[in-house]
Amino acid sequence: MSGHDSKYFSTTKKGEIPELKDELNSQYKDKRKDAVKKVIAAMTVGKDVSSLFTDVVNCMQTENLELKKLVYLYLINYAKSQPDLAILAVNTFVKDSQDPNPLIRALAVRTMGCIRVDKITEYLCDPLQKCLKDDDPYVRKTASICVAKLYDINAELVEDRGFLDTLKDLISDNNPMVVANAVAALAEIQENSTRPIFEITSNTLAKLLTALNECTEWGQVFILDALSKYKAADAREAENIVERVTPRLQHANCAVVLSAVKMILLQMELITSTDVVRNLCKKMAPPLVTLLSAEPEIQYVALRNINLIVQRRPTILAHEIKVFFCKYNDPIYVKMEKLEIMIKLASDRNIDQVLLEFKEYATEVDVDFVRKAVRAIGRCAIKLERAAERCISVLLELIKIKVNYVVQEAIIVIKDIFRRYPNTYESIIATLCESLDTLDEPEAKASMIWIIGEYAERIDNADELLESFLESFPEEPASVQLQLLTATVKLFLKKPTEGPQQMIQVVLNNATVETDNPDLRDRAYIYWRLLSTDPEAAKDVVLAEKPVISDDSNQIDSTLLDELLANIATLSSVYHKPPEAFVSRVKTAIQRPDDEEYPDGSETGYSETSSHAPESSGPAPTSSGTPPYAATKQPGQATVGPAPAAQVPDLLGDLIGLDNSLVPVDQPATPTGPPLPVLLSASSGQGLQISAQLTRRDGQIFYSMLFENNTQTSLDGFMIQFNKNTFGLAAAGPLQVPQIQPGTSARTLLPMVLSQNVSPGPPSSILQVAVKNNQQPVFYFNDKVSLLVLLSEDGRMERADFLEKWKSLPDSNEVTKDLPGVVVNSVEATLDRLAASNMFFIAKRRHANQEVLYLSAKTSWGIPLLIELTAVVGIPGIKCAIKIPNLELAPLFFEATEAVLKG
Amino acid sequence: MAGAASALFLLDIKGRVLVWRDYRGDVTAVQAEKFFTKLIEKDGDPDTQSPVVCDNGVSYMFIQHNNVYLMTASRQNCNAASHLLFLHRVVDVFKHYFEELEEESLRDNFVVVYELLDEMMDFGYPQFTEAKILSEFIKTDAYRMEVTQRPPMAVTNAVSWRSEGIRYKKNEVFLDVVESVNILVNSNGQIIRSDVVGALKMRTYLSGMPECKLGLNDRVLLEAQGRSSKGKAIDLDDIKFHQCVRLARFENDRTIAFIPPDGSFDLMTYRLSTQVKPLIWVEAQVERHSRSRMEMMVKARSQFKERSTATNVEIELPVPCDATNPNLRTSMGSATYAPEKDALIWKIKSFSGGKEYMLRAEFSLPSVTDEDAAPERKAPIRVKFEIPYFTVSGIQVRYLKIIEKSGYQALPWVRYITMAGEYELRLI
Repeated sequence: MSGHDSKYFSTTKKGEIPELKDELNSQYKDKRKDAVKKVIAAMTVGKDVSSLFTDVVNCMQTENLELKKLVYLYLINYAKSQPDLAILAVNTFVKDSQDPNPLIRALAVRTMGCIRVDKITEYLCDPLQKCLKDDDPYVRKTASICVAKLYDINAELVEDRGFLDTLKDLISDNNPMVVANAVAALAEIQENSTRPIFEITSNTLAKLLTALNECTEWGQVFILDALSKYKAADAREAENIVERVTPRLQHANCAVVLSAVKMILLQMELITSTDVVRNLCKKMAPPLVTLLSAEPEIQYVALRNINLIVQRRPTILAHEIKVFFCKYNDPIYVKMEKLEIMIKLASDRNIDQVLLEFKEYATEVDVDFVRKAVRAIGRCAIKLERAAERCISVLLELIKIKVNYVVQEAIIVIKDIFRRYPNTYESIIATLCESLDTLDEPEAKASMIWIIGEYAERIDNADELLESFLESFPEEPASVQLQLLTATVKLFLKKPTEGPQQMIQVVLNNATVETDNPDLRDRAYIYWRLLSTDPEAAKDVVLAEKPVISDDSNQIDSTLLDELLANIATLSSVYHKPPEAFVSRVKTAIQRPDDEEYPDGSETGYSETSSHAPESSGPAPTSSGTPPYAATKQPGQATVGPAPAAQVPDLLGDLIGLDNSLVPVDQPATPTGPPLPVLLSASSGQGLQISAQLTRRDGQIFYSMLFENNTQTSLDGFMIQFNKNTFGLAAAGPLQVPQIQPGTSARTLLPMVLSQNVSPGPPSSILQVAVKNNQQPVFYFNDKVSLLVLLSEDGRMERADFLEKWKSLPDSNEVTKDLPGVVVNSVEATLDRLAASNMFFIAKRRHANQEVLYLSAKTSWGIPLLIELTAVVGIPGIKCAIKIPNLELAPLFFEATEAVLKG
Repeated sequence: MAGAASALFLLDIKGRVLVWRDYRGDVTAVQAEKFFTKLIEKDGDPDTQSPVVCDNGVSYMFIQHNNVYLMTASRQNCNAASHLLFLHRVVDVFKHYFEELEEESLRDNFVVVYELLDEMMDFGYPQFTEAKILSEFIKTDAYRMEVTQRPPMAVTNAVSWRSEGIRYKKNEVFLDVVESVNILVNSNGQIIRSDVVGALKMRTYLSGMPECKLGLNDRVLLEAQGRSSKGKAIDLDDIKFHQCVRLARFENDRTIAFIPPDGSFDLMTYRLSTQVKPLIWVEAQVERHSRSRMEMMVKARSQFKERSTATNVEIELPVPCDATNPNLRTSMGSATYAPEKDALIWKIKSFSGGKEYMLRAEFSLPSVTDEDAAPERKAPIRVKFEIPYFTVSGIQVRYLKIIEKSGYQALPWVRYITMAGEYELRLI
């Protein structure tokens, strides 16, 4: 059934457009049809044929379905560039939407919805209304999606014309395809709205679960994904839902299976019966394993998800490690992910077999994969104490192969193993030293130097070894220089003989006078001063015992893990990042200031949509441009914003002994005030980067902002606007920012006022901000309001008042929360810290070994907070209870308190 | 969780856009082309690149088929599994239409391609990918009719895979039970992984809307019916059904009931992770005489019952990439040197059970070697074979009942075959 359309591409004669124009106006049907095909062919190869608009539209009124479709396709492409002419097509559209043939009716609404021209959408409403109630399900299913299209162009119109209600009615439609598309449309609309539009009740739940049995595979995915938002009332309901969903695990479509797994995992959180949970785990394992026989791209998505699932439910695949062994022909991206899961599933029981596999991989050709395999052996050693020795012997065998990058990688992980098991495996140092000459990568060099310094007393020729590195000191990268400096100091402290003394002179001289790296210089000066004033103190500091490390480099923090598990099968679960970190087109409830006032950005690619859906980027996706692999190649990359997910499997980073050997663990490195968080990254701000934070100074709230101009032009005329928010925070005056030259930055403190434009609804800490200037389009970003800046300085209460207030509030106004990550080391220090944040100490009592502290605070608008903190000094975990007239503030309060106590 | 594609791209091997369909107007072809050409250039080999990449706020998901890349782009948190699978289904649909999907066939049929993209995805949501039904209302030129068509009922029906009114003179069903054996043997000769992936492939030529019921020797079912004693029953680890099978019914009483699509499809696939004895065992001994010559002694043994015979056996033995002057002798079949694969291919047309054959090979090697060269890639021995009338699992089709309201008798034909899947022995 092959066609010969390629002939339409081949007209490249001069005067093509006039010729086409003639043909389009030909009196012969076939000639017109051929001409339209030529036009579409030209459009396909990227030629501009928009000048033929009127002529093509004239061909629209035809009985020929194929021709009609081509003209429609042309319209979708060029209506934006000819909005005034597009009106010409409206009549035909409206007429087609009433055609007796359902294919044409559907085609008309589908196409109209794709034409993102305001003037057209007005005419779309009536046909859409009719089509939503059409007799033919094919038309209804197309119309359902069209509502989502219209909402994207003009949300107000959709709400005003009551389309949402009609759409909700379609959930009860007797045709499963219509139901599925209505669900997809509603879910999308809900995502872009702050109002509750599509809430799944137990009634809709029942309907959707029924439709699930009958609709197409893609429809099943829509329904399962929408249902995963549903929170079951109790364990019983959860079990019922799971029972209805489990048959989907048998579906041949992998996407259906993954979405079903997501549903089941979410409901499992509510199920209390351990038997039921165990049973479900057993049921989910085989389908998960079968996903690994799918196409490699699907396998990749499945593996990224399995990585998350085994972190929450390690037992599910505990016995299936063999299915993750790499096949010879697996694409490299599949192998990398399999390796990661093998490490997670490795246990004392299977480690021998796993090591054999890793060893096999370490002799493959792909360098990245080989490195990862070597590193995997090290991570297993750190994870499984009893297997450490076997891991080391495999590493030594690999070093003997003498392949350069294998040796270097092995040395890096052996250093980690030394950190994990100090004074256990030093006997192998001699073997390591044999490879000294071959090291040429900074990380491997730094690791080897660390080992020499750390065990200087046991290596006879440690001074010679270090000296060999010293010659090239000025040329080494910073990480190696720092390491050399520390190692030489260690050597000197351990063997204060003449040789090392000379070496230290050389190093200190190199690291202070000859360098322009401030980190290196500062560290050198500190050592110098320590050594010259009190060598014993220097010993205490430099040779102090280091805390033990563990292999948590790829563990995801539990709240993030929850969020990722709720997003199984989606991009979020593939990137291991929350959706905000990469979704570049999200809803914001910001009422867009007058459209005319701000020119639309034209570089973002969708500037045509002038009416709604502001092109807002999520909160500073600093690393959104990096694919999952790239992340692993950039150790130590800073994660700003809400994405601690991008943890880098880099054991070196965990080693405080390596980079900051001087700084004990639990002291903050520099007390010089943290930098402001980046809220608008330069990439989403077209070169403008904005960092900002709310602060409180002398009873006044300020918005402390930093603007960095990385564009090529100077920027001026900055203005700011805050969206309605829970606290009614708004600017007290205009934004005072001077003109910013390219490559420079400006700071400002913007005074803020409270209770200006309070948004109703449940309290939220989100603060939405819009900033514009004269050169760029409006940028939107989100900030988070900490309750701390809202606590007033006069929150101190008298003891009696406190007691009375405590009694007067009913018990139902008391909320308790455990803050497990917080530790009180000293009651005094904690109280000082709290007082600095306007939480005032009232009384204290001891209960067994627990300290119970009572404090008071008051919000700027006068709501009192009564606080009770229970803690054991020196042991992590604090119980925090508050009584408050306005319970909704409690979560914000806990967040704030935790932030203060963690410092 | 809602999320949809912004656009779908069909790109040529260099990453240039051949055809694209814009669904949301927020990702341009220029942008996508720029991203993708950069991606291909950077890596040279796009195989190493994961199929989901985020660039500049846009997530791209792509697959490759022949000399064409298929790619969706999205600015939302869309369902990645669903989108990638959808792209594979698009390939299937195009193949159904154009026989083969490649740059050439896309150019030759761009009008139909646009029509199909319009029908398969709407506003970035996958809609309908049943090639057979699509071809009832979207036709290529040769078959196009001037009369306007209507959408087939099936597009929106609960039975979306079969149209009504199909007629055959002779009603027949062909059922092939195909089992692939996957095996991985490590260098110590231990089997570290083995499983069997089976598929029930059906070809139906049935009139009307037939209701089918399939009976297997599934242990769970037989025990539930209290008939465990009769014959051999088997445990299936994980079963996946074509969307025509009523899953809720299977969950209830293990009955496999369905209205089949017309023509060929995979009714179900299953997996068994029981330890399988390697059906064909291959061992190789390599000796390097001095620096310039190597000798290989290979033994291949069939480890199944004598009454079965493996056919089309093909054993791929890796040899060093700089080997030359092969000298090959076999006790059965023929061996050829395939330098493009750095391998020796030993083919045996028919290999009955309980037999052992030998191969002897000699190669010359260059006497000078690069001391610093990276170690050679250690490829495993790979084996391909087919064994007809035999299944590893012992699965049996007990019955296939076909009931249609017109009451015709249909003939079911059943065949069994076992073949090698990912069959790797690291014994060299």
